[in-house]
Amino acid sequence: MSNKPNAAVDAKGKTVGGSVAGYVDDRLASANFTKRLLNKVFPDHWSFMLGEVALYSFIVLLLSGVYLTLWFKPSMVEVIYNGSYVPLKGVKMSEAFASTLDISFDVRGGLLMRQIHHWAALFFIAAMSVHVGRIFFTGAFRKPREINWVIGTLLLVLGVLEGFAGYSLPDDLLSGTGLRIAQGIVQALPFVGTYLAMFLFGGEFPGTDFIPRLYSIHILLIPGILLGLITVHLIMVFYQKHTQFPGEGRTESNVVGYRLFPIYVAKAGGFFFIVFGVITLIAALVTINGIWLYGPYTPSQVTAGSQPDWYIGFLDGAVRIMPNWETTLLGYTISWNLIVPALVIPGIMFTALGLYPWIESWVTGDKKEHHLLDRPRNAPVRTGLGVMAISFYLMLWISGGNDIIATAFNLSINQITWFLRIALFVVPLIAFKVTKRICLGLQRRDHEKLLHGYETGQILRLPHGEFIEFHKPISDKEKAVILSKKDYSPLALEALSDANGVRNPKAGKAKLRARMSNWYYGENIARPSAAELEAAAHHAEHELHEAQKHMQQITH
Amino acid sequence: MSHEHNSVEPYGAKDGVDVVSGVPVFPMGEHQLRKADLDPKAAKRAEIQVASMFGISALSILGSIISYIKVPNESLISVPVIGTVNANHVSVGTLFGLGIFLIGAGAIHWAKKLMPDEEVVQERHPLTSEKSERDEVAEIFKRGKAESGISEYKIIRRTLLGALSLFPLPLLVFLRDLGPMPGTRLRETIWEEGIHIVTDATYRKIKAADIQIGGLINAVPENLLEVEHEDENLNERGKASIILVRLDPADIVSQQGEGWDYEGIVAYSKICTHVGCPISLYQQRTHHLLCPCHQSTFDLSDSGNVVFGPAARRMPQLPITVDSEGYLVAKSGFQEPVGPSFWERG
Amino acid sequence: MALSRKHPAVLATVIGVALGTMGAAYAAIDSGTKPKTVMASQTQVEEGKALYLEGCSSCHGLAAQGSEVGPSLIGVGAAAVDFQVSTGRMPLAAPGIQAEPKPSSYDENEIAAMAAYIASLGPGPAIPTAEMLDTTGADLALGGELFRTNCAQCHSVSGRGGALSEGGAAPSLLGSSPKVIYEAMVAGPANMPVFSDSVLPVEDKQAILAYIEELQANKNPGGNGLGRLGPVTEGLFVWVAGLGILLGVAIWIGAKAK
Repeated sequence: MSNKPNAAVDAKGKTVGGSVAGYVDDRLASANFTKRLLNKVFPDHWSFMLGEVALYSFIVLLLSGVYLTLWFKPSMVEVIYNGSYVPLKGVKMSEAFASTLDISFDVRGGLLMRQIHHWAALFFIAAMSVHVGRIFFTGAFRKPREINWVIGTLLLVLGVLEGFAGYSLPDDLLSGTGLRIAQGIVQALPFVGTYLAMFLFGGEFPGTDFIPRLYSIHILLIPGILLGLITVHLIMVFYQKHTQFPGEGRTESNVVGYRLFPIYVAKAGGFFFIVFGVITLIAALVTINGIWLYGPYTPSQVTAGSQPDWYIGFLDGAVRIMPNWETTLLGYTISWNLIVPALVIPGIMFTALGLYPWIESWVTGDKKEHHLLDRPRNAPVRTGLGVMAISFYLMLWISGGNDIIATAFNLSINQITWFLRIALFVVPLIAFKVTKRICLGLQRRDHEKLLHGYETGQILRLPHGEFIEFHKPISDKEKAVILSKKDYSPLALEALSDANGVRNPKAGKAKLRARMSNWYYGENIARPSAAELEAAAHHAEHELHEAQKHMQQITH
Repeated sequence: MSHEHNSVEPYGAKDGVDVVSGVPVFPMGEHQLRKADLDPKAAKRAEIQVASMFGISALSILGSIISYIKVPNESLISVPVIGTVNANHVSVGTLFGLGIFLIGAGAIHWAKKLMPDEEVVQERHPLTSEKSERDEVAEIFKRGKAESGISEYKIIRRTLLGALSLFPLPLLVFLRDLGPMPGTRLRETIWEEGIHIVTDATYRKIKAADIQIGGLINAVPENLLEVEHEDENLNERGKASIILVRLDPADIVSQQGEGWDYEGIVAYSKICTHVGCPISLYQQRTHHLLCPCHQSTFDLSDSGNVVFGPAARRMPQLPITVDSEGYLVAKSGFQEPVGPSFWERG
Repeated sequence: MALSRKHPAVLATVIGVALGTMGAAYAAIDSGTKPKTVMASQTQVEEGKALYLEGCSSCHGLAAQGSEVGPSLIGVGAAAVDFQVSTGRMPLAAPGIQAEPKPSSYDENEIAAMAAYIASLGPGPAIPTAEMLDTTGADLALGGELFRTNCAQCHSVSGRGGALSEGGAAPSLLGSSPKVIYEAMVAGPANMPVFSDSVLPVEDKQAILAYIEELQANKNPGGNGLGRLGPVTEGLFVWVAGLGILLGVAIWIGAKAK
């Protein structure tokens, strides 16, 4: 290719890119930075692209969102619809709903943009969720990346809030019902609930203030914060360099992969277009949130199968399966049936998520830097905890769709609800146990592979009639991966009292920590020692030799 | 053969062991050449593939602009699998989406097949600064602190802290006019004695005799029509909506007040006591009222009590009777707050 | 079961009383739109009685007075019979939470005969005439309003049905004829409440029917409606198909070229 004439090179042999870079460098001394940027090496793995999906969905959200603001009217003023959607002609509705109908039916490409925006929102949060899963299960959150983990947790929470705000703006029957529920929950908060609800909505529900207020939150406040946090998130990934999976040539102090320019400009840049393209194609072919079917919101109408978007489903599910506890004390009402599922449970979930890096490092005592990723099997307790958390979330999520499940599978909604109330506690525990067992099983298999090689499937008949299966040592590539497992041991219990018999004031904490550390690291398949590996290699060579000898005898 | 390779130590490794983690290190495997690296024909093929993706993309994008202009927005067409759809939307979107997708696919195919694919090794730099540098920073802080004199000028320090902690308060106070104080509004509806019960959406008065056993009517107070939209018509609707059902008087187990029904016709608030969804999933045989939002279930033959789900309180009942012409009216307003719980409800 | 709570005789008496008061109301309000009762011939009634005795009396009683296992049919009217039998809900295939629709075991004439027989036992809602089902010129927007106010809570805004308590379900309306829907409104089968012509007049019902026809046309301008189930199927779609496609691409990007 290099022998082809380059159109971007002028007579003096200067490239266009070069002169732009020169112009900028004359003003910013950017050459050093640009050099490091373009040469930056990133490791290649499909799972490293999940966060990119979230990032690109966010860019698509910004683009399509700007487009929608050109036509959407965030107003709760009552109008009589006179657009081209016949079944709603002459119906009273808010200007917000009417303008959303106009975007859908009277602005060419408007429906496409609306659907791109909404699908992209579902993609954004789904991609963040799987991205969190990847970071968690590979231990990528460990030192020095804890701060970025917390930023990620914030992004997830803000993304969910932003999505809910957007879902509520069209003021259709479904989203209005969602807002009614949110308002009911706010109103039930102890001490401040009633006041908070009155201030948020400018009075009682639904009022005429809320949509314009929500609009500025949705298009300015939260996206602004998201954009800022995403920028920091990315700068930190750049600065700290990406983690990598273990393998040949990979160590804690290097990065093996491809340079940003040109490989990742093409690959990651191309992936942006793929994500944008897939979202656009889905938006062109699959309806999302057909608000014209729901009709305008009015507080006396409701539809069967009222559901929030998927990412609020777990919250709605928690509210659905909560027993109806409420206490009246000294003339005040405490709505446990709302405080627990809507405040306590998500509070605990997201706090535990955000603090996990510190919890784990306290338990394990591991304060080292980590740039090589863990294989999930090599951290059985962490992996078990992750699967446990996912199954807990899943139970809540299923609860959010209990009515749809009831109709789809002809089941009783009451029985499903009772089943889920119990499953919420039982299933995660089983999931933890099973996952941990599976991880240990995989570790054992790895151990076997190292010492005895892999089964070739070739059967050999020995002269005395015995059949043996022929094992071959595994490749260096596989060895590098398996041997990346680090052996940890539980923390030793610190002395509970000093030499004079005075009890250590932190004895309780120390005991707890030692017990947790033991639980975390207690069950482990140790990596074979160098001597064991040597012996195994020797044995394999011997076996190979023997086999070859027999083969020769047979052929002769 | 691995043993010979061990002589070349990768970065951060010593004696075949990662300096940081103590895990054995294996050298990089041999680079595998691709077809396109070895066979100029394969490279040419890849070049054509990439170029055609970009070419088709350009055509698709132009096509989507033409569709935007030419395909009428109001025409519906039937597409297999997709169904009856807006022709403009689907043609514009599909062509645009395909165009974007192919730019990405082409770029990635180009990178994978034609750009060099040998992995590069780059060293990480320690994220911790040298001790001397850290000490220097601490020194600068110390010096600055001494120069400012913040530890000596106690009174400056305290007044500054006072001013700084007060400064955000007005920002909170200024939010006061976001909404009114709750007052008693959550306890009141526009129902009063003698207000006619009218059908929702069509606002017709209802003759008691017209309702059959098993009948359900979604209803509102007649005076709701007098409340303008700007005067919070929807807020009142959100509290005053009711459902009327006629039960066989023999089926009524209990009511919230003596004689609150009219010949088996009972009126209950339509607003769920859980979080306020309007409920009218009335099941006439079981007399159950089910909320579609969180599945709270109430028994309208038994004072509207909760029989299932997360709602803690019964549905408030509206006492009703008829006027001289036999039209249903409220006997009084609600005797307890309708809708979801709130802290001061008691 | 709620049914066994009521003694059939009580039910019959109450229905009788209710119908007595309602008869007057019908005459007073709905004289204009009152269903013209098609005079059934005596032979049709006889034929219907024979079919009734053979197929229905084991549950509903020899004189349609009801029993422990089936409610009284006196005064339920022809509409209820036509609804239940033409949709195959009756005769019941197996006792359950609610009767499930299936292909009808009777032909049109047989159903008409049975309807005539039951109608002869006491006044009740009649089978709607073609004129009552005519939706030309009906107010589609009003129909939508009424549908969302009175029907959507159980059948959902898209008419595809929804869950009720204790295993019950409101059926989908998307495959139902206007006649069957009209009959269901006036007869209130199973757990469905009654929307009689006196409180929901014929023209309102016509508007609702027109709106349901619009729903049945299943026009989804934005592309496949995913069963019009709302956010649940949209969420599943994004996780399974959407992320599935993008993961596939990510794996393609991450894989080494050959």
